[in-house]
Amino acid sequence: MKITVTVNGTDYSRVVEPRLLLIHFLRDELRLTGSHWGCDTSNCGACVVWLDETPVKSCTVLAVMADGRRVTTIEGLPRNGALDPVQEAFAACHGLQCGFCTPGMIMTARWLLDQNPDPSTEEIREAISGQVCRCTGYENIVRSVRWAAKHDGRAGDRAGGDGA
Amino acid sequence: MTGAYGPRPRKEDARFIRGQGTFVDDIAVPGMLHGAILRSPLAHARIVSLDVTAALAHPAVVAVLTGDDLAERGMAWMPTVFGDVQAVLATDKVRFQGQEVAFVVATDRYTARDALELIAVDYEPLPPLIDALTALDPGAPVVREDLPGGNRIFDWSAGDKAATDAAFAAADVVVGCDMIYPRSHPAPLETCGAIAEYEAVGGRLTLTVTSQAPHAHRTMYAAITGLPEHKIRIVSPDLGGGFGAKVPVYPGYLCAIAASMATGRPVKWVEDRSENLMSTTFARDYHMHGEIAATADGEILALRARVLADHGAFNAAAQPSKFPAGFFHIFTGSYQTRAAYCEVTGVFTNKAPGGVAYSCSFRITEAVYLVERLTDMLARELGMDPAELRMRNLLRPEQFPYTTPAGWEYDSGDYPRALRLALDMAGYDELRREQAERRARGEYMGIGLSFFTEGVGAGPRSQMDILGLAMSDGADLRVHPTGKAVLAISVQTQGQGHETTFAQLVANELGISPDDVDVVHGDTDRTPFGLGTYGSRSTPVSGAAAVVAATRVRDRARVVAAAMLEVAADDLEWLDGKWRVRGDPDLGFGIAEIARAAHSTLELPAGVEGHLDASAVYNPPNLTFPFGAYICVTDVDPGTGEVRVRRFIAVDDCGVRINPMIVEGQVHRGLADGIGIALMQSIVFDETGNCLSGSLMDYLLPTSLECPSPELGETVTPSPHHPVGAKGIGESATVGSPAAVVNSVVDALAPFGVVHADMPLTPGNVWRAIQGRPVRTDLSLG
Repeated sequence: MKITVTVNGTDYSRVVEPRLLLIHFLRDELRLTGSHWGCDTSNCGACVVWLDETPVKSCTVLAVMADGRRVTTIEGLPRNGALDPVQEAFAACHGLQCGFCTPGMIMTARWLLDQNPDPSTEEIREAISGQVCRCTGYENIVRSVRWAAKHDGRAGDRAGGDGA
Repeated sequence: MTGAYGPRPRKEDARFIRGQGTFVDDIAVPGMLHGAILRSPLAHARIVSLDVTAALAHPAVVAVLTGDDLAERGMAWMPTVFGDVQAVLATDKVRFQGQEVAFVVATDRYTARDALELIAVDYEPLPPLIDALTALDPGAPVVREDLPGGNRIFDWSAGDKAATDAAFAAADVVVGCDMIYPRSHPAPLETCGAIAEYEAVGGRLTLTVTSQAPHAHRTMYAAITGLPEHKIRIVSPDLGGGFGAKVPVYPGYLCAIAASMATGRPVKWVEDRSENLMSTTFARDYHMHGEIAATADGEILALRARVLADHGAFNAAAQPSKFPAGFFHIFTGSYQTRAAYCEVTGVFTNKAPGGVAYSCSFRITEAVYLVERLTDMLARELGMDPAELRMRNLLRPEQFPYTTPAGWEYDSGDYPRALRLALDMAGYDELRREQAERRARGEYMGIGLSFFTEGVGAGPRSQMDILGLAMSDGADLRVHPTGKAVLAISVQTQGQGHETTFAQLVANELGISPDDVDVVHGDTDRTPFGLGTYGSRSTPVSGAAAVVAATRVRDRARVVAAAMLEVAADDLEWLDGKWRVRGDPDLGFGIAEIARAAHSTLELPAGVEGHLDASAVYNPPNLTFPFGAYICVTDVDPGTGEVRVRRFIAVDDCGVRINPMIVEGQVHRGLADGIGIALMQSIVFDETGNCLSGSLMDYLLPTSLECPSPELGETVTPSPHHPVGAKGIGESATVGSPAAVVNSVVDALAPFGVVHADMPLTPGNVWRAIQGRPVRTDLSLG
């Protein structure tokens, strides 16, 4: 099937098998390898990207389901070369170790802050509870999101944005 | 020392926060093919026939390899890291569900999977051996006809049996218990994988692979493939966690190599999550009987343990070769004991191979669990508070170095100080008051302690090796003319932050900024030989090598500085990051200025080489012995059996902390491990050997909702033999925390008369414990 997906603001047209998963479309077809594959069962969330404005586990979305829609990945988060405050936060608060879950965590955290610029610890824990980190015990991820909330000059300005 | 230690953001984070890490599956090589493994659906069966014709006929399939194909290359079997052999692709029979049977190579990853369905295998089922407790029964199915010993792998013991028996006979109180440390899996978020590139003309193999031990792997691949070692390059790029799971050589890696040799093209193989959980290395699986003997007033006299160790179908435990039960004989823990004796029997079963992995410090987690559970049981029996009993029996600071009854020499420690700090942080007395009030209201709150002593940094070359390779590590340090340095190391980070910590180690010795030190690792063509990262050995061994190399550079710099200043080297002293003239400290040079001079035309004294480089190989004189005191507070719902971890207080002493931020991160990780292992993570089998934990829907990993915000404390007792006084920290919390969680839950259930409950303390298992009807937690016996 021929599909056209807008990924990080750029249109990509490809002929794909109907069964191709979005995560493999992004990683193998477009070579956007920042989003990772970690399980097969939608448990780990290493593959979280945005479909339009909503975080999805891209191992559980077919590439054809993204036809005509916008996808934002970790590679599309910086704007004008500047890191998103959430990205800065993870480095500032030691919110990562091996880095494998990090892109998915950052995408969910950015979405959370867009919805809720000042989330409580409990709200942060709830938001990332569908994603697994094997390194941090989550504590420093929570601290990272709190740090980002404090340093976030971008909250609210992404709604309806182009994701680029 | 010039102040490069301290919390410091990590160098490696810049790429990871941008999604620019390079993990094995992120790499695509031109012309690359994709491999997939056909695995056995049965735990024990003879292969009657194997037909790959239809798979080969698939237009996108390039090759199919079977055990017979590998046998022609002498690669059907490979040595394990513990000197056994393991089938790469089965030739005779399959010995566990998920075992590798055939390897398909196709032009894309989906087709490779499709073609697995086209392979026809006729299996003759054999009775499986699943319950390790029956492995030595007469008539038990034999897993390994290729070995003479039946299902018995080894019998091993440590300590003084006669003295221990005598101490038990004289004791006022003896408490004992059977306990299971269930099979677990490290489950790093990145599964295992490899890209093999064999270049036939030059006879060179490059293997990009998820390896915690690239150099040891290279030596093993040379032995298995017959390729000369200097023609093999192992590249271990960014690793998405390891925790011991990426120490062994796995059949998939060998299949990729053989397939690249067969096709002349690069071949990638990456396992899926089910393959990861079902076939790559498991951890634990110890069936233990422990006993503790004491006086009526709570003086611990002796410990005794009998263990049955389930090693699965091949003995692939990744540990020093003289220690078939790892370091389990550290099981006297942190206490004074007059005598101790343990015996361990290892057996084969029809399960995946492994046993030593998952941040266990070579079985110290099993040992800590045993002694800490027994200590709590003894406290219950004596009617003593478990904190008081521990305080009474902890080793005293003045007893170090301390030789244990089983022969370990602990290097340093102040145990009572750590326990007091943990009790103070927890508000222990207040917690006990709260517990009493809640119990009066019918609420079940638990307070669990554990005190652990770890032994990490393997190890002294006279005692510790893997496949005959001494457990030393190298470091090469080069300082460039502008004073910027590159350190190449033999260990491999899986998230521990080596690029930052090792830069700090070198910078501190040279008086330069950590920003000016780049750390090269994970490429055998660019780094010195060494045994790799596991058993918390990076800082104790490779970190020491880096410091020794930096010290050598500094010593060379002194000679160069003397030539620059036209004084004798003895007239210089290292002060505030510079070699300065004694008595005239304004006259001196730092490393950058000296480096430029060392590469310049400056005339150097006879016998002094130019440049500013040095190498070191570190042979640790002993392990380092970090320790800690943990307190876990839980609330248990007796109606559902659900356990909530309310608080986790962790005091760790890992000697000198190079980067405390990274140290705390390591502790956070291990505490989450402890919660997961104690409450939810276990690999369970049914009676026919089906693995019931083959996905993350069944093998439950803790999430942000199960893990509390940890409360961390620290004491610092430097290691007397490490060059900067550091000890390893990577596994302390994984080793120490499961016992605290279980002690807490059992404490909560004390009103029900529960004295022990086996992990995992799932709601069902807790509920059954409350009902007085515990079941085997490692098997699902329908």
